[in-house]
Amino acid sequence: MSLTRKDIENIARLARLELAETEIPVYVDSLSKILDFVGELERAPTDGITPMAHPMPGLAQRLRADEVTETDAHQRYQRNAPQVEAGLYLVPKVIE
Amino acid sequence: MTAPALPATTVAGLARGLAAGRWSSVELTQAYLARVTASQSELNAFVTVTAEAALAAAAAADAARAAGKASALTGVPIAHKDIFCTRDVLTTCGSKMLANFVSPYDATVVSKLAAAGTVNLGKLNMDEFAMGSSNETSFFGPVRNPWDIKRVPGGSSGGSAAAVAARIAPAATATDTGGSIRQPAALCGVTGIKPTYGRVSRYGMIAFASSLDQAGLITVSAEDAAMLLGAMSGFDPRDSTSVDREVPDYVAALDAPLAGLKIGLVREFFEKGLDAQCEQRIREAIAVYEKLGASVREVSCPNLPLSVPTYYVVAPAECSSNLARFDGVRFGHRCESPRNLNDLYSRSRGEGFGAEVKRRIMTGTYVLSAGYYDAYYIKAQRVRQLISADFARAFESVDLLLGPTSPTTAFEIGAKVDDPITMYLNDIYTIGANLAGLPGMSIPVGFADGLPVGLQLVGPHFSEARMLNAAHRYQLETDWHLRVPAAYA
Repeated sequence: MSLTRKDIENIARLARLELAETEIPVYVDSLSKILDFVGELERAPTDGITPMAHPMPGLAQRLRADEVTETDAHQRYQRNAPQVEAGLYLVPKVIE
Repeated sequence: MTAPALPATTVAGLARGLAAGRWSSVELTQAYLARVTASQSELNAFVTVTAEAALAAAAAADAARAAGKASALTGVPIAHKDIFCTRDVLTTCGSKMLANFVSPYDATVVSKLAAAGTVNLGKLNMDEFAMGSSNETSFFGPVRNPWDIKRVPGGSSGGSAAAVAARIAPAATATDTGGSIRQPAALCGVTGIKPTYGRVSRYGMIAFASSLDQAGLITVSAEDAAMLLGAMSGFDPRDSTSVDREVPDYVAALDAPLAGLKIGLVREFFEKGLDAQCEQRIREAIAVYEKLGASVREVSCPNLPLSVPTYYVVAPAECSSNLARFDGVRFGHRCESPRNLNDLYSRSRGEGFGAEVKRRIMTGTYVLSAGYYDAYYIKAQRVRQLISADFARAFESVDLLLGPTSPTTAFEIGAKVDDPITMYLNDIYTIGANLAGLPGMSIPVGFADGLPVGLQLVGPHFSEARMLNAAHRYQLETDWHLRVPAAYA
């Protein structure tokens, strides 16, 4: 599998990662190699095998009772926020 | 380095001395903090040292003991991998992205071990977001192996392994997604246990790949691991993958005789790539197990050689999803003067994540993208099922599987950093247990050219007691786990 510069730019855009110009050829090379490496899986016969998403067979997703268990702690959480105002997280203007 | 001598170096030994009044928790904590400080410029094992809080906790532990309220671990110092959220303490996950993140809450592992009376010395260095096998991807610089500071300690729990090996922390928490407890334990000559998926709560443990991640320990001995694992395990309603199942008394199970234990040697682990001296040490350890009454036979897990490529689809896919939360809005790194929201996301993430994390996010984004999802992601999940079935079949005829932890001893810093595939193959023997959710351990079984060699045990789901028992009986026969690098003795 040989990825192109355009592929890497597209993947980076999907992943919301800005890459420096110098990083692009490095990822063209290493992601191509990784895809070749994982391409080995193609040869494994898996017809009729159920995909395994979770390592504990039979473990069902638990539900909890619909009760209030958490109290408001937004002020404590927002101490880590880069920019807040009046209890709100600030981001650049979205609607022009 | 010169550091103050310690009265004892195992958790069990320290706890006995505390119970007998031979030393106080404050004295122990001061001694360990002094060793941490003395070693830091050489090993770089810690990201944050919480000296003041540690001494306050130690004083509280001593007061609890004086009031007759001590339990087995009261006053024993430990340290946490910097992946565990620790309230009011910097929690970086080895990343620039979280270099300013002061956690507003405690991970369940942190609160349970505090409730058991342990004293937290600080937060241990690690590969960025636990993605690495050498601790070289940390934003805070590489950790060095105390057996040879030109070499890596392994990863991602490299700080945990180096700290325990150099006896600058008696024990450390760690996490394992593809070998991140067992491989550094092997490379640093210490004991590591990755419990069954779901055994230990992951609440407050920063996520990498959620179908694989599990919290565990790096310790000097299996006995120490048994003491701490009992305190940190158990059901947690705050973790939806936590398993509601009784925690056995791991310490009580340590001494059981091994007569009749059926050990399987995984043929595929010995086929190629294993260093000859490492193999020799493993064979010598097998002879010890036979002497202890275990029967050893060969078993085959034919799909196991596919575990590394399977992992490098599944883990990056889950990582790309988990790390989407780092958006520069609510916490973590934010770029300067964003032009718009998309620029805010892309530049904050591009600047905040290091090269390997970006590589994995992009690999994951690619294998999950339209047109490739079935060919890569679903295919890998099918192979994962085959690997898991291989293990299940093996456990129909044996109690535990045995093999090497790592194909080689510790390599030099810088040797593999530019070649991701070579780096990924360090975990060739450990990844299978994560894919199948099985518990695994690494214990020291000797040296090759002066560097530690680790032996791996893998058991069926929830067989931690049996694994710790098998490791402990071996450690009663040998003293490899008690060897300390000369500079830190």
